[in-house]
Amino acid sequence: MNTMCGLCGTFGTADHWTDGLGEGAALSPSAERRRRASVANEVLGHYGLKLTEWANRFTLTGRTGKSAVVDRFGAIWTEAERLTGRTCDPLDPAVIEAMEARQRAGGHG
Amino acid sequence: MADAVTSDALPPVTVNILTGFLGSGKTSLLKRLLAQPDLKDSAVLINEFGEIGIDHFLIEEVDEDVVLLKSGCICCTIRGDLKEALLDLDQRRAAGRVPAFGRLILETTGLADPAPIVATLVADPALRHHFRIGNIVTVVDAVNGARNLDAHPESVRQAAVADRLILSKTDLADAETVDLVERRLAALNPTADIIRLDESRTPDVSLFTGDIHDAGARRDEVARWLVSETVEQHHHHGRPDVSRHGDVRAFLLASPTPLDWARFGLWLSMLLNRHGTEVLRIKGLLSIRGVDSPVVVQGVQHLIHKPVHLDAWPDGVAGTRIVVIAQGLDPALVRRSFKAFVDPPAGHQTT
Repeated sequence: MNTMCGLCGTFGTADHWTDGLGEGAALSPSAERRRRASVANEVLGHYGLKLTEWANRFTLTGRTGKSAVVDRFGAIWTEAERLTGRTCDPLDPAVIEAMEARQRAGGHG
Repeated sequence: MADAVTSDALPPVTVNILTGFLGSGKTSLLKRLLAQPDLKDSAVLINEFGEIGIDHFLIEEVDEDVVLLKSGCICCTIRGDLKEALLDLDQRRAAGRVPAFGRLILETTGLADPAPIVATLVADPALRHHFRIGNIVTVVDAVNGARNLDAHPESVRQAAVADRLILSKTDLADAETVDLVERRLAALNPTADIIRLDESRTPDVSLFTGDIHDAGARRDEVARWLVSETVEQHHHHGRPDVSRHGDVRAFLLASPTPLDWARFGLWLSMLLNRHGTEVLRIKGLLSIRGVDSPVVVQGVQHLIHKPVHLDAWPDGVAGTRIVVIAQGLDPALVRRSFKAFVDPPAGHQTT
């Protein structure tokens, strides 16, 4: 049975609030998930994690092979923290610096 | 563009949370509202009938917890916890045991932080399809408001999450005191409309009715948020006396170029996962790549509404502007993080 994550809660639907909007809305659902996973991996790489589109959902895998199924985009971070035992904080200066360096390098840094 | 909110066969009941610190005048406001025929399709959920003195509004007692009032609205008490009260009321509505109602006004206790109430409504699978959050109305009294904001964190949080701030008892305080409380509220929550009210005036039902779910009122509502930009400048250029609210701050995130929705969603999800309890309110108008109309995103703490669209930019200026009201977060750090995560990598501007 799914546990409802508060972060996934939206007013009116069971989807995540990010679903079905932006450039990805024009793609097929699996192509949209692949695109989202690619964007997420720019950040997740910092934690040694990789998100992959899989069977209408995502899998999140760590360097040691430990993995978790993620049903919704909003649940990535709770799973990432559980798998790594680290907090994933976008206000952590080290994470911000890594993202800034990546931007300067054109997304390949 | 079509509204992004999906509609079920039965429209969800809009829930208005009416909050305010002890003695702020919530009950007095509610009493005046209950007499208004404009609220005839509403239910009011309160703690006890005795507190509000409904006798002279009463037509019929439906049962121990529910009464029908002259205005046409029904008034109910919360027996046990809030979730049970909401489920019970919803079942009675579905079964026709109470008159159909499209709006529910929920009065909180004076010490309540409204955010967990929002969480109850949104996170519970049995409730979330039947109710949606409308305007949060917070009453602050002009006489004791400043003292309460200084002494009670609940009072600050109640004002921070509000969509409408009612400044009550304005006839009992001198003009200078009223002005000061009003300026403090405007600095604390620049997105909320502030309405002065004394005992001689009947509040307008648009306090509750004009909200982001109403396509007709949406543009005006968002235009109100955008005024926040000027309020934030006051923080930087003077009037330090009005910005003392512990560590609660309102600040703006802006981007002149259209955002990548996936990057924005990733960043905000990550921020709210870690800092959801510190982000008291977020209200934004976004320019999204690949979307030809402005997108409205708003939420309370870690709960985000399903985005909706506007037909046009309310002030004619395209570009993302997001007002964040947060406790204990450094605005400069949040801005830097937003930019680092959301701006596309160099050379990837048009992907």
